[in-house]
Amino acid sequence: MAFYECVFIARQDISATQAEALADQFSGVIEENGGQVGKKEMWGLRNMAYRIKKNRKGHYILLNLDAPAAAVHEMERTMRLNEDVLRYLTVRVPELETEPSVVVQSRHSRDDRGGRGGDRGGPRGGFRGDREDRDSRPPREQREASAPASPPPSAPQDSDNKESEA
Amino acid sequence: MTIEVVSKSAGTRRPFFRRRKSCPFSGPKAIKIDYKDVRTLQRFISERGKMVPSRITAVSTKKQRELSKAIKRARFLALIPYLVQ
Repeated sequence: MAFYECVFIARQDISATQAEALADQFSGVIEENGGQVGKKEMWGLRNMAYRIKKNRKGHYILLNLDAPAAAVHEMERTMRLNEDVLRYLTVRVPELETEPSVVVQSRHSRDDRGGRGGDRGGPRGGFRGDREDRDSRPPREQREASAPASPPPSAPQDSDNKESEA
Repeated sequence: MTIEVVSKSAGTRRPFFRRRKSCPFSGPKAIKIDYKDVRTLQRFISERGKMVPSRITAVSTKKQRELSKAIKRARFLALIPYLVQ
């Protein structure tokens, strides 16, 4: 048996519990065909970078599989048949990750970015504000890293925080 | 390449000498290439959403191949855009 990582995107109209049920359904297909599902990760309703079948958001679900190829094929076939699945990607990996993936780990930092995103989104305009946020993220981190060394960059940052608190 | 040649011939005299950056994905403090890690991938794509050439980011050839695969996977899953208008 081989290790696979499968990510699929479910339609935004279905609820989180329905998305979870979908994941269980696909896990069931894997187990029927002699495979095992190691880890199931719900990334939640995420904004997609572009529209897929007129959807702007989607439920992302990651499955770690230890299954024979036939089981994976069968699961992919059921995914194609299911209209709630917008997209799936199954990748063979040398070994399965046991810890939560980066997406889940970065969720906390994403939350506090959301808080600050409000005041930053204002002056920059509303068009796809979430994308703008993400693009501007890395430079800001570098600024934060260099902040203790040089006082001037930290000053505008403080004012940023005040705005978000107000 | 020219930078290396310069450093050999007139290293200290040249004011524009810049040390060659090393590949961020190799060596002891290497970052793992993962198509799910949007934050890291974002550093290697331009504002327009295009991949940044390795001569600018100093990623090694082998890792650049891996990286481009990861970026393409992330694009397919709509984690990062194909293009930014």
